[in-house]
This record gives sequence, C-alpha cells and structure tokens, in this order.
Amino acid sequence: MGSFANLISMFWHIAGLQDIVCFSKLSRLIGTVLETSFQKEGARKLGWNSEQENNAIWISREFSKCSGCRKCEIACSLQKENKIWPEASRVRVFMLVPGAEFPHLCTQCEDYPCVEACPFNALGVNKDTSAVVVDAEKCTGCGKCIDACPGKVPHIHPQTKKVLICDLCGGDPKCAKVCQEGGWNCLKVVKRGDHEFKLYSRTPEETSRNLATKMYGEKAEEFM
Amino acid sequence: MLGYAGKFLEVDLSNSSFKNTTFPKEWLMDYMGGRALAAKILSERLIHKWEKVDPLGPENLLFFMTGPFQGYFPGGRTCVTGKSPQSNGMVGSTVGGEFAVELRCAGYDGIIVSGKAEKPVYLFIKDSDVELRDAISVWGKDCKQTEALLNRECRKLLAERYPRVGVWKQPAKLYIGPAGERSVRPSAVIAKWTHAAGYGGYGAVMGSKNLKAVAVKGTGPLPEVADLEKVRRMIDDVCKGCYSNVMWRRYGTGGGGYSFGADTSSEPVRNWQEEWHNQRSYGVDQFENKVWVKPAWSDFGCPTNCLKISCIRAGKYKGAISDNPDYELQAFLGPNLGLFTPEENVYLSSLIEDLGMCGIQGGSVLGFAAELFQRGVLTKKDLAGLELKWGDVDAFAVLAKRIAYREGIGDVLAEGTHRAAIKLGKMKGKNLLPYAITGKGISIGAHGIRSGRDFSREIGYACSVQGGDHTSMTDLPIDGWGSEIWTIFNDSAVMCIFTSFSLKPNFRYEFYNALTGQTLTRKGWLQGGGIKTLEIQRALLLLGGPDLTWNPNADDDNPERFYEPLPTGPCKGQAADRASVQEKVKQYYSQAGWDQNGIPTSETLTKLKLEYVDESLKRLRS
Repeated sequence: MGSFANLISMFWHIAGLQDIVCFSKLSRLIGTVLETSFQKEGARKLGWNSEQENNAIWISREFSKCSGCRKCEIACSLQKENKIWPEASRVRVFMLVPGAEFPHLCTQCEDYPCVEACPFNALGVNKDTSAVVVDAEKCTGCGKCIDACPGKVPHIHPQTKKVLICDLCGGDPKCAKVCQEGGWNCLKVVKRGDHEFKLYSRTPEETSRNLATKMYGEKAEEFM
Repeated sequence: MLGYAGKFLEVDLSNSSFKNTTFPKEWLMDYMGGRALAAKILSERLIHKWEKVDPLGPENLLFFMTGPFQGYFPGGRTCVTGKSPQSNGMVGSTVGGEFAVELRCAGYDGIIVSGKAEKPVYLFIKDSDVELRDAISVWGKDCKQTEALLNRECRKLLAERYPRVGVWKQPAKLYIGPAGERSVRPSAVIAKWTHAAGYGGYGAVMGSKNLKAVAVKGTGPLPEVADLEKVRRMIDDVCKGCYSNVMWRRYGTGGGGYSFGADTSSEPVRNWQEEWHNQRSYGVDQFENKVWVKPAWSDFGCPTNCLKISCIRAGKYKGAISDNPDYELQAFLGPNLGLFTPEENVYLSSLIEDLGMCGIQGGSVLGFAAELFQRGVLTKKDLAGLELKWGDVDAFAVLAKRIAYREGIGDVLAEGTHRAAIKLGKMKGKNLLPYAITGKGISIGAHGIRSGRDFSREIGYACSVQGGDHTSMTDLPIDGWGSEIWTIFNDSAVMCIFTSFSLKPNFRYEFYNALTGQTLTRKGWLQGGGIKTLEIQRALLLLGGPDLTWNPNADDDNPERFYEPLPTGPCKGQAADRASVQEKVKQYYSQAGWDQNGIPTSETLTKLKLEYVDESLKRLRS
C-alpha cells in the first residue's frame, strides 16, 4: 500500500480510463494517495480492466431523504423471491427511531472483508458489477461474513438460512429504481468511481443515532 | 383462502392463554377483514349481552385486525376495534404503520384479546412464538419512551433467541401512553410516536386490560395471492396516480390548518363557536419553513408520504416533536384552542401524543373546558388555579396532563367531552351538552357542515354508525358516493384512502379479486358485507350501555351548535337546517332498512341472514 509501484499503477490506470470524472478528481487523488491506492488495490484484486471499472456501478445513498416507505424492500423481495417479503429483502429499512429511517444495504467495500472472511469460499465478487455474490450451495449460514462486515449488513434468509447480500440486481438495482420513480432520491445508481465505499458500511445503531441527532438534536439520545 | 395468512391469534389475558382460531370462509368472503370482520365476530360473541358489557371491563374484546389489502395496497394501516368506551357501539378505528404487515408476515390475520391481565403486560409475537411479557419497564412511560424501550428490549430478545442471523430490525408496535393506562376515554392506540387509532377510545380499552403494548416481528412472506402479476401492475397504477399529485405529496393535510379555516370555513375555532379564520401565521408555508425537519414520511409501501415530521429546535418549546401535524391536530390543537402558530401547535401535539391521547378527542375536551371557562361555568377554583384562556398554550398543556393522569377536574374531563358535559352539568345544575360538539359520544372531526363547502354533509355525522368520526361519514343515497358503505370497505380491506384518490370506483374490487381470486363487485359489497356491517354496527350502537344509550329520535342529529349561524367569515349567517336534516334522517332510515325509530327492521335483518342480530334487537323494540 502506498508503494511506488502502486502509485505508478494508479496513474496508468487513470490515464487509461480517459474518464473525465476521474481526471477532475486528479488533484484530490494525489492528495489522498494512501487511501486511493488502497482502493486500486481492491480494484486490482478484482482483476478489473478499465472497461469493467468504467461500467461498474454503485448505489449512492442519501439517508436523510428516506421517507421510510420501504418500497426498496418490496422491490427487492419481489425481484429476488417473487414475493413481498421484507425480512428476505437484501435491502432492509431500519426504523430504530421514528423519522430516522434508512435503507441498510451492502456498500461493496474496496477490500471485501466479508468475502475474505468466508471459510467456505461461498462469497465472491462479480467482476462486472462489483457486487458480492453468494454461492448458496456453499453457504452454511455460519454468519462469519456478518461478523466481518463493518456495518453488519448481511443477514440470514429466514427460510433458506443462507446469507443475503445485495447483488446489485446484476447492474440494474430495483431498489434504486423505485426510489427514483417516487422522486425520493435516497438511493441512486451512479458510476462506481473511486469513493471510499467502506465508510458507508456502518451499523444500524450508528446510522440511527447520526440521523436522529441531526433531526432532533440532543433529544435524540433519549430515543436510542 | 388466497390473500389471507389463514389464522387469527386469540389471547386471553385473564389466564395468559393463547390459541389459533379460524373463521368460516363465508365470513371472510362476506366481511373481508378489519372493521367488517371484527363487527361480525364481536356481534356473534357479545350481542346477546351487549348492554351489560362494560367497554372498560374484562369481558370486552379488543381486536387488532389486518385485511387482505395490507402489505400489497400502498400504505400500511391496522384496524383497532372492540366495544367503544366512547360510543358504547363499535368503532372501526385505523392507525398507520407497519403493524399489519408484520402481523401478516408472522402468519396472522388478526389478534383478538379478551380478559384482563393481573399486572401490566405486553404481547410479544415472533412468528408462531407468542408470549406475554412483564411490562414493568414501560408502564408509566410516555409514547416516545415506550417506543425506544420496546425496541431495545425486543431486539435484545430476538438477538438472544435467534442468534447468528444478523442484526434484527425493529418489530412493529402498537402501544398506549399514560392516558390509556388510566382508561382515559379520549385516549388512543399509538404507533410510531405520532400515528393514532383515536376514534373509539381503544387506548382506554388496552389500559383497562393492563395491556401496554403489542410488538410483532414476522419473518415470513406476505400471504400468497391469486394473481401476483396483476397485483403488481395495479400497485404501479396506484403509485403513478399518487406521483402525479405533486402538491398533495408535498403538503399532505398540512395545508388544512389554514385552508379549512380561510377557504371552506369548516374548521373548529374556539370550540366551534366559529369555523373561520384567516391567520397568515398558520399557513402551510409557515409549517414547512419553521418546523418540518423531514419533508416526506411514509408508512409501508406508501407513494404519497402525506406525513412530515416537525421538530422545534430552539426557543420555549424546544424538543417538541410531532408529525405535520396533520390537519385534524392542526385544527383541534390550534384554532380550536385559539392557537395560531406552528410552534404552539407542534408543542401541544407532541405532548398529547406523548400522553397517548387522541388529538381530536383530546383537543375537543380541552376546547369544551375552555368554553366553559369563557362562560364562567368552570372557574379558576374548579381548575385548581388555572386560567383556561383561549390561546394560552401553557394552560392547555397543564390541563392535558391533568386529564391524562386524572388529576382534579382532569378526572371528569377524562371521561371525554360528552360524558364530562353530563357530569359537570349535574355538578353545576346546568345543561352543558350544547357545548359538547359530539355525535354519539364521539367528538366530531374537524370538518363542520355549516358552510356547506367541506366534504362533510348535513346528516354525515348524525346517521353514521361511528358517530362523530369524520372518516366514516355517510350521506344519501345509501348507494351514493358519500355513503358509509364505502368507508366500511376501506376499513375492512384495510386500505389507506390517501393513496387512492386517483383510482376509478371499480379499482378496489378488482384489486381485491386479484388478491383473493374472488369475484366481488361494487354491487356485491353494497348488498353484502357493506350493508351487513352497517346493520350490525347500527344494532350495537343502539343497544349501547351500560352507562349510556342513544335515542335515535333525539341523538340521530347534529350537535346543537351546528344549528347556530356562523358568526364570522365568508359564510356568515349560515347554519344547518333542522327541518332538512330531520327529513333526510328519515329518508336515510328508510334506505338503510330501519324503522321509524331508526332500528333495523326484522325484514332487513332476515334478508341479510342476520337473525341473531334481530333476536337481540327485540330487546329494543319491546
């Protein structure tokens, strides 16, 4: 990390992308060499070529815009289970404090700690989308991936007992689609780019406290 | 049957026992769920001794009902009902939130609670695991505290009992506050701090049973439906209709506090002495810019997000949190008390909700007391030093707490506006009922009839089987758009009407058919479940008791105040026309199949195969 070789690789990568978005961020990138090279480490681990990296998406999230409607849960479970099934949805809306609702979903960390933690090689990364994919045959529902996730995002399917992790619907996430249709704009598909994805993986408790404090001020502590 | 979870949970609090129950398929086909099905079950079990059943006694039944629409039709609601301690009939009261969805995912279509627990308990349901838990940690707590404490306790339990499945979400909860614990009749069943099943007084029923809360986590899917693809398409249609209603989505009913005063002149102002105001300080822009901290708040699947969250972050009322407030609370805890600022309104709404009171019934009894103070009937001495002047929000806050805790005069006012008028009238030797703006013991919603500009109609409250409930008004003809038959459908399906404005009249029947595989039509509902429920509820309302019964000849009428001319505003001088009301009431009797005294006839009931109802009504006819 942060080695000269990484630095070279990074600039090659960016130049190779010919991506105006990335260029516009060049100065910032140079300022945060350590962090960025760390991400590129993640990208290289994926074996991404520049085209794949350019195509990769991310679901950006702006929690204070969440209305708590749970349409994302409904859309996800319909897509994956062909049923409305909130507890089997890959995205879950937490409401530990009324008003402080937010969708809790995989953020595709740069270093994929869940994938690393799986003792059964049941988790992998889809190179086209960056999504974590679960091999249900291999998954034992042991929960090691949940322990490894900084935000405790994965959860076990109530019926199959296999782990549930967002797979970005193969590149067309239905949760973001319904959120956009309704104009809430809490979930939105963007190019994956070079964000610090792991930052977004926080426990429901932490996010709830943040949102509640932002809305209700010091009073929020009473509600936690 | 498709569209249903397939069983109901019966809880007997007296001996802490549970059982699963099913009802005949014909009942589900006729009565659907929610209000109608509860009316059927409640009447089958209690009508033979209805007059003797104390709504606040252990023999009353308390229902938490879902309907086949719940989870599918956008907008989460739960129907709470039983014998009402306000009307002594049955009121199908609904509350927003995810409770019905969780309950259906847990495998139940409803919960029927009987008996009374020895000490305060709450009911905790995780799929088929059901238990009554000691409520010592939450008894006495206000609603915001209760929400937090139950979340913490239930999530801890779930994590301990079902480890290694990930972080548990919150369960859905219904609970009561200090007012419900003391069986204050204007108390509500609360969800998500601010949502309330207020009409009917079922918070008081929960309190009388020592039941602080019900928490439910269901991990299954929603019940299977007949035609999922069609249901999905129809859900999309509902949403598209809502999305195009831009201003409704933006403001919800939050614009009502000004417009129902200034434009339709039908808002309670100073206990309905007026129905007009044009206070610019009460405009929706003032609410939006001063107090709304969340511009869109929804319940399960809702595309409308008519709710907003308000929070006062500075000044005297810092820390007050409520929803918009919605129009009803804007009115009853605003102009009705001579208050015209968002800050005061949010402060009082927040307090009333924390106490677990119904904003409408609670606001009504506060306004009633203030008018008595204005007229010198209630004195500073009666109020233990309180000067209950219009516009004094702090005085109203003090009185609201006294009502919730039944302190001093609050103990009398805790009986609700109608009963307090009778009690105080006896104490003062005066007829105080003209100041009680109620229908069948239920304070009338914030939609007056005098201006004729609102959606409320002359006999809307007078002939409703739910009295003053503005969500269940009725009108002539009985098969017309304004009839109560259709509100019965909404409360039975169980659906939110605030997501349904764009729908064609037949849409809801098609939706029901896509869910259940049945072939219900508008006419079928009119001649079946709709009218049957109306007759059952009418019978229960007239049987009434034990403390009060209604005389249709006198009580199928508007409150006296609606016959007084409006003193101010664009509709100054207008009032309800007594002769016209009386004439229409008689017409309504005849269309509803009731006799000259407003009692459903044997012929009507026999035709509807409600002989058991007829049998009990013989007690009234003799």
